[in-house]
Amino acid sequence: MNLDRKTTPSIIDAVSFDLHLKKCDEYNLDNGIPVYSLNAGAQEVLLIEWVFYAGNWYEQKNIVAATTNFMLKNGTSQKTAFGINEYFEFYGAYLNRSCYNETATITLHCLSKHVNELLPVVAEIIADSIFPEEELNTYRKNQQQRLSVNLKKCDFIANRLIDEYIYGIHHPYGKYTSTLDYDQLNREELVAFYQQFYQQGKCMIFTAGKVPSGLDKSLNETFGHLPLQQRAIPTIQYHLHPAIEKKMHIINDPNGVQGAIRMARPFPNRHHPDYQKVQILNNVYGGFFGSRLMSNIREDKGYTYGIHSYIQNHIHEGAWMISTEAGKDVCKATIEEVYKEMDILCNEPIEEEELSLVKNYMIGSVLGDLDGPFQLIARWKNYILNGIDDQYFYKSVALIKTTESDELQELAKKYLNPNDFYELTVI
Amino acid sequence: MIQYNRFILDNGLTVLVHEDNATPMAVVNVLYDVGARDENPTKTGFAHLFEHLMFGGSVNIPDYDEPLQRSGGDNNAYTTHDLTNYYCQLPAQNIETAFWLESDRMLSLAFSEKSLTVQKKVVCEEFKEHYLNKPYGDVWHKMRELAYTVHPYRWMTIGKELSHVENAHIDDVKAFFFKHYRPVNAILVVAGNVKTAQVKQLAEKWFGPIEMGEKYIRSLTKEPLQQEARKLTIEAAVPLDAFIKTWHMDARLEKGYYAADLLTEILGGGGSSRLYQSLVKEQKLFSNLDCHHFGSIDAGLVTIEGKLVKGVSMEDAEQGVAAIINAIQEEHVTENELTKVKNKTESIIAFEDMSVMSRASSLAMYELLGDANLMNTELDKYQQITSQDLQFYSKQIFRESNSNTIYYQAKK
Repeated sequence: MNLDRKTTPSIIDAVSFDLHLKKCDEYNLDNGIPVYSLNAGAQEVLLIEWVFYAGNWYEQKNIVAATTNFMLKNGTSQKTAFGINEYFEFYGAYLNRSCYNETATITLHCLSKHVNELLPVVAEIIADSIFPEEELNTYRKNQQQRLSVNLKKCDFIANRLIDEYIYGIHHPYGKYTSTLDYDQLNREELVAFYQQFYQQGKCMIFTAGKVPSGLDKSLNETFGHLPLQQRAIPTIQYHLHPAIEKKMHIINDPNGVQGAIRMARPFPNRHHPDYQKVQILNNVYGGFFGSRLMSNIREDKGYTYGIHSYIQNHIHEGAWMISTEAGKDVCKATIEEVYKEMDILCNEPIEEEELSLVKNYMIGSVLGDLDGPFQLIARWKNYILNGIDDQYFYKSVALIKTTESDELQELAKKYLNPNDFYELTVI
Repeated sequence: MIQYNRFILDNGLTVLVHEDNATPMAVVNVLYDVGARDENPTKTGFAHLFEHLMFGGSVNIPDYDEPLQRSGGDNNAYTTHDLTNYYCQLPAQNIETAFWLESDRMLSLAFSEKSLTVQKKVVCEEFKEHYLNKPYGDVWHKMRELAYTVHPYRWMTIGKELSHVENAHIDDVKAFFFKHYRPVNAILVVAGNVKTAQVKQLAEKWFGPIEMGEKYIRSLTKEPLQQEARKLTIEAAVPLDAFIKTWHMDARLEKGYYAADLLTEILGGGGSSRLYQSLVKEQKLFSNLDCHHFGSIDAGLVTIEGKLVKGVSMEDAEQGVAAIINAIQEEHVTENELTKVKNKTESIIAFEDMSVMSRASSLAMYELLGDANLMNTELDKYQQITSQDLQFYSKQIFRESNSNTIYYQAKK
């Protein structure tokens, strides 16, 4: 048999696929909490997420939001921290909480068969957390220790500073934590924040996986009569205070063998008309393994294990960011190459062959990303929190298919101007 | 229950097919039966460096990634002490692209000098990023050397030192390829929106013509039973003292493995685990504390590691750990606690099996262990462990003479 191994087998261009985003069901509990539900998947597993508008956007003092969120698992009037952990772990369930800029969440992963045992304890946490002083002291001390280790890492320092340069140290997107912040935490502030933003706060619920029949009823019985949804989300405006100096070089560890490089410029949020098309340009530039930054700086020069560019996923204003860790002696050369690649995108149109590859790759990854209930609900959650709907999805897919090289070159000229970029190296 | 079909090509390549028509995607997973344990002690890090070279072009295809991305696919790979695994996922319509790419690099690499030069640098940066430029980054290098005297788990998959990677030569690359990367030493798993007949036809077409190669017979020296506790003190420029202690445990298929896995859950899995509750929350000796093992195929290590609360002495921290271990050796684990860790195991398995990609790599891994169907009997093996078993194995594992301790001290 004569097998031709030189030629690619014929493929169907992913851009010809008709992508479909499965709708999620939507209903309200008696107290007005909206529930978004996606029933899919073969495994008997379930994810439920409670989303509160309790992010650091709403705190008046540093880390109050994050600490309140963390301590939701550290005691109610009925159960100790140990009791709460043991309860969920007995059912093989995972109860996590996370604090973001605008929102803060409680997330339950469990086998579908156990969900009815678990919901009442989640309700207890939302309605009746007590924030024991001793738990707070332990948390404070252990977090301070953790911070002291992180402060030795160049990537950790770089991530903090680049955000500060773009947004300013008083903006929720730009501020970060100091040891002193932990010292200054006090229990009363946590309790007040909890009352306003959890107990009486605005809540949304997302569920996905093999949703057992009657879950809507159980959710309503357990959460539909809590005194949530009573406080409006306060309107708070923050002003940006971007740094004046654009180029920074910091020695954090004189013996360091690598530098953490971050380069970034402000970039609008996803409601801006350029946003979706720039995602395509970003993929060409540094958004995936086959991108120009990766091909040049890792695969051709071997300066780094990895280099990426991305648009920060913020609800308000964002940034276009380039991020890498490179050998100490090649940091300067790496930065030069990053600018060189910007320059090429501004001055030369992307060849059809490269652009079609990127488009097919992007559609293929959207297709892969629509596979599985947890991925689907994450996409829906993102849309709902950003005030967009599935039309955004279809528009985005259409733009991937139709955007032309000259449009991308115009966008490159508009946004990839080296003078607009902050440039930071931390060794 | 994970369904699959198995067939073996004439050249010895084992093929497993797992059909799942709920997904539009297909996964092609190729596992090679070679890992860091098969390396020459003077050329460590080679299996992992080689994984990088597998993306540097094959005999007929100059670039692996490009055609895959054009087909809407994505890929990655990883190297452990035991195995090297390559996987790609792409829209099921384009699955032949994956067969074409994977079979060509099994046929032969291009052995490009340029790719070797660049990837040596990339791996050195990876080495620096993860092990040199991080506080405590060298602790596992030191621990492996302490705990293993002869077995190749003595070194890290990234390599013992940068110079081993830097000195790799193109002749080493060729020899390694033709020794290990042959059909007879590989397992191909195809999963997702595919049909077995179609996979069979594609596998015959693309992989069938590749020369079988010689079956690699592994003959590693077993690590002798440790007779005496080993201790090491390191001083480094880190902010906090750290304590790390390991004990040898049983190999992957032995009953003791399942017992050790449940023991690590009881001791260190989650906020209700014994070590966390007692030593972090109640006694406040540690600011964080983990208990884990690596799931290795040959006899591995149970590990307890954590950072000390400032002001606590290493001796007090160690005694705290010893008391918890003593309790699990002396008193039966209650039914409630045993049920908890079994429920947790059931749940971990269910969540792992959600993605097609993870099912494909698990099938390959269990086939390497001897039979893909082990994937379906795994939970039963955990269910059969009793509290008597846990007591027996906790006494076997947590003997002081079986232990290796590092005091990782902050330089004053």
